[in-house]
Amino acid sequence: MTTDLTRASAAELADLLTSGGTSSVEVTQAMLDRTEAVDGDVHAYLHVDREGALSSARDIDERRSRGEQLHRLAGVPIAVKDVMATKGLPTTCGSKILEGWVPPYDATVVSRLKQAGMPILGKTNMDEFAMGSSTEHSAYGPTRNPWDLDRIPGGSGGGSSAVVASFQAPLAIGTDTGGSIRQPAAVTGTVGTKPTYGGVSRYGLVALASSLDQAGPCTRTVLDAALLHEVMGGHDPMDSTSIDAPVPPVVEAARRADVTGMRIGIVRELTGEGFQAGVQARFDESVQHLVDAGAEVVEVSCPSFTAALAAYYLILPSEASSNLAKFDAMRYGLRVLPEGVDDPSAEQVMAATRDAGFGDEVKRRIILGTYALSSGYYDAYYGSAQKVRRLIADDFAKAFESADVLVSPTAPTTAFRFGDKIDDPMAMYLNDIATIPANLAGVPGMSLPSGLADEDGLPAGFQILAPATADDRLYAVGAALEQRLHAAWGGPLLAQAPDLSTSTTKGA
Amino acid sequence: MSATTTDATLAWDDVLAAFDPVLGLEVHVELGTNTKMFCGCATEFGAEPNTQVCPVCLGLPGALPVVNEVAVESAIRIGLALNCEIAQWCRFARKNYFYPDMPKNFQTSQYDEPIAFEGFLDVELDDGSTFRVEIERAHMEEDTGKSLHVGGSTGRIHGATHSLVDYNRAGIPLIEIVTKPLRGAGERAPEVARAYVATLRDLLKALDVSDVKMEQGSMRCDVNLSLMPKGTTTLGTRTETKNVNSLRSVERAVRYEMCRHGAILKDGGSILQETRHWHEDTGITTSGRVKSDADDYRYFPEPDLVPVAPTRETVESLRATLPEPPAQRRKRLQSDWGFSDLEMRDVLNAGLVDLIGETVEAGATPAGARKWWSGDIARRANAEGSTDVASYAAERSITPAHVVELEGLVTSGRLNDSMARQVWEGVLDGEGSPTAVADARGLELVQDDGALEAAVDEVIAANPDVAQKVRDGKVQAAGALIGQVMKAMKGQADAGKAREIILAKLTS
Ligand SMILES: [Zn+2]
Repeated sequence: MTTDLTRASAAELADLLTSGGTSSVEVTQAMLDRTEAVDGDVHAYLHVDREGALSSARDIDERRSRGEQLHRLAGVPIAVKDVMATKGLPTTCGSKILEGWVPPYDATVVSRLKQAGMPILGKTNMDEFAMGSSTEHSAYGPTRNPWDLDRIPGGSGGGSSAVVASFQAPLAIGTDTGGSIRQPAAVTGTVGTKPTYGGVSRYGLVALASSLDQAGPCTRTVLDAALLHEVMGGHDPMDSTSIDAPVPPVVEAARRADVTGMRIGIVRELTGEGFQAGVQARFDESVQHLVDAGAEVVEVSCPSFTAALAAYYLILPSEASSNLAKFDAMRYGLRVLPEGVDDPSAEQVMAATRDAGFGDEVKRRIILGTYALSSGYYDAYYGSAQKVRRLIADDFAKAFESADVLVSPTAPTTAFRFGDKIDDPMAMYLNDIATIPANLAGVPGMSLPSGLADEDGLPAGFQILAPATADDRLYAVGAALEQRLHAAWGGPLLAQAPDLSTSTTKGA
Repeated sequence: MSATTTDATLAWDDVLAAFDPVLGLEVHVELGTNTKMFCGCATEFGAEPNTQVCPVCLGLPGALPVVNEVAVESAIRIGLALNCEIAQWCRFARKNYFYPDMPKNFQTSQYDEPIAFEGFLDVELDDGSTFRVEIERAHMEEDTGKSLHVGGSTGRIHGATHSLVDYNRAGIPLIEIVTKPLRGAGERAPEVARAYVATLRDLLKALDVSDVKMEQGSMRCDVNLSLMPKGTTTLGTRTETKNVNSLRSVERAVRYEMCRHGAILKDGGSILQETRHWHEDTGITTSGRVKSDADDYRYFPEPDLVPVAPTRETVESLRATLPEPPAQRRKRLQSDWGFSDLEMRDVLNAGLVDLIGETVEAGATPAGARKWWSGDIARRANAEGSTDVASYAAERSITPAHVVELEGLVTSGRLNDSMARQVWEGVLDGEGSPTAVADARGLELVQDDGALEAAVDEVIAANPDVAQKVRDGKVQAAGALIGQVMKAMKGQADAGKAREIILAKLTS
């Protein structure tokens, strides 16, 4: 077993804690020290809760020493994306408009982490209100990719993936509206799962697009993702859209890693053209690994996927324009008084605050969504997008008749350089071409590392999609692939990442 | 064409000569549920500001709504009582607009999929005829907070130095009941409007879904009105008069707007489509917000809630809980009790139906119950400023059993009518039960036939002329003798018995 606690997986840490080989305080302190050493460069955190994390760690150690029966992950620290409400901890969603807001309540996911006894290390960086694929839209500056500090860590949850990839935490919570867990996982060489819509409570997740948002695990191994998925998931009466059924047997599936006789469907529309050669090559190899493990490969076609991006960029802004209306300076967060107005009205204060508090990408989407929902345009835009959404769901249903899971590269490219796409929204949006269909249909998806692209030596991601509520299949396939890849690489992919603590002079 | 908001009015008869009114009524009813529409907060009226709030009804980032099942049941029962169809499947929708007392800057309401639609309510008018009010829809929504504008003279936002917002009301369940445009009411339009709101109020009260207190705002009425020149069928431009919060105001507001529209149209002007405010004190409306095509609430289905889909079994079991419709109940009771139309109307106006029903149930005759509850006690209740006889009686522990007891004392022959009145007075004065009062005041008919006969003999002897008339066959003349006997007996005799003895002595 590894002696560097920061390099251990959550499963390994859990075993060490149970056997008395370490304490939660020791583990937590190791993570905080690592953050101290590397996060100046990576900037994965917006807020680190040193005292809070250590105090929960002490509490867990004490309870363990009293012989109390604890949760399997008790004492394993975790980072939480800044889009989740955390009682007593700042929650900004990467936006100036929520600067200084400290929620008076915990998101259900956060309550579950606390109930499991997992110390919360801090809140991770993200594109403002989860709008973006690079964290360049964070109002507090971007997160840097641990593989190359000049490159983006993906988005919107770049902070959560980078915090795991840079060994500052074994686990993090992400949220995925169109790929915000899976695409950062792909470009940072980590694992991320977007569970079935309704599989994890959205209560306390500050909504971007209510019908698409889903929180999930960001980890370094498939088993760790399953362990965290199990803690987060399950029915919540506070979320009407939450599924009233037990969490699928994800941990068992990850441990068995069995794909014998499984039909793996390659989606014709999500491969080949438009995908970077090195990304495609690693994908093809991964498929071969699954065949070697006993799976069968079939090709499926999902023709409506080509319209997914267009539908997504109507539904998301529409819902977002309404969800973000509450940020009006009346009750919490930023309040800006309009300049040169003596006795401003409430509306003038709202307008001035929203102008100062929202970034360009947020404004762009609010305007798009407001337009799409306007009377006279509703049917042509929002209405048509909903129809496309049904067609995509139909395509999935048909594909899952001939395949047990579908696979594709997670993102078309490896991590791009800062600034490459910031002024070209369309190029930025295309990053999510392979991840968006799952959100539109509500089906679960996972990304895990498939290797390094030959042309740039950067991580590529392998995406697995399963039918709704069959999240366990992601873990069976993911774990089987991970085993074979680790064997081929002689260890985890992240072992090949540059050592940040010795190269801290490099910066973007 | 010039739009105008002049306050000139046309004489009532001239309006009727030239125009037909088209009336539409929108009634908002606060449901009497214990908790709010989408969260568990209490709904008690008059609590300290902002004490009945939580993350959900304050619209805090991340909070999610959950539908109050009791409110849905109430909505279905209201729909059924209004003879509506109940939707098999319907959704909530977001109505987007900015206002400081709207915590989310959208109101969760229903748009094109109301829970109940296509119904009617038959309304009885003063002349005994029935007017059928067609119901377009009844839908569920949440109330907004309440703004208090401070510092101005009017209490309106204009001129105020600051505003206070109380979110206790935010999220209280509302049902909005909308009529179809009502044509053909003619001169009775004001009466129809009042009678509809009164009938609706009685119905909702009988359903026990709301306390329907117009003065506290738990039932609020908006009056839509337009005029059509006689002989035409195209609807004119309508105005929406808000804040019409008493039955009398509903009637007056319709009449006023008819006269105001009439004056404008008669002069060749056109009606401005706008919201108008009703002023109870002056009996006029004033111009409010101008409605235009720019009003766009950008409705779309609420993604945070699942559709409401009541099974037909649920609907039928709720139908079985409907009380007898108040109008039908009144007719049945009137015939059961043998009251004339006039008597029944008096009883209704005095709010005595339930009290008389209980008293009859307890064993009194309907006539007796009506007599005792509508006489002295009604005058006292009125003089002492009590809202109704029932609560006045309840506060003083005067019960239906007292009336039954009083009637028993008369039928058993212990009291005559005038003695019974004295006893009732004692009961109302708080001297105890009828028997106790009769005992204490020594009220009892003389049962000694000897004393009565002696008195009769004395009276006949003292009035020989009258006695002779009776002997000659003029039986009605005996009345004078009876009066003398009762006087001699100081009222404590049975007048019937006195009559018997007199006739026996003079005619046999
Ligand atoms: Zn509440």
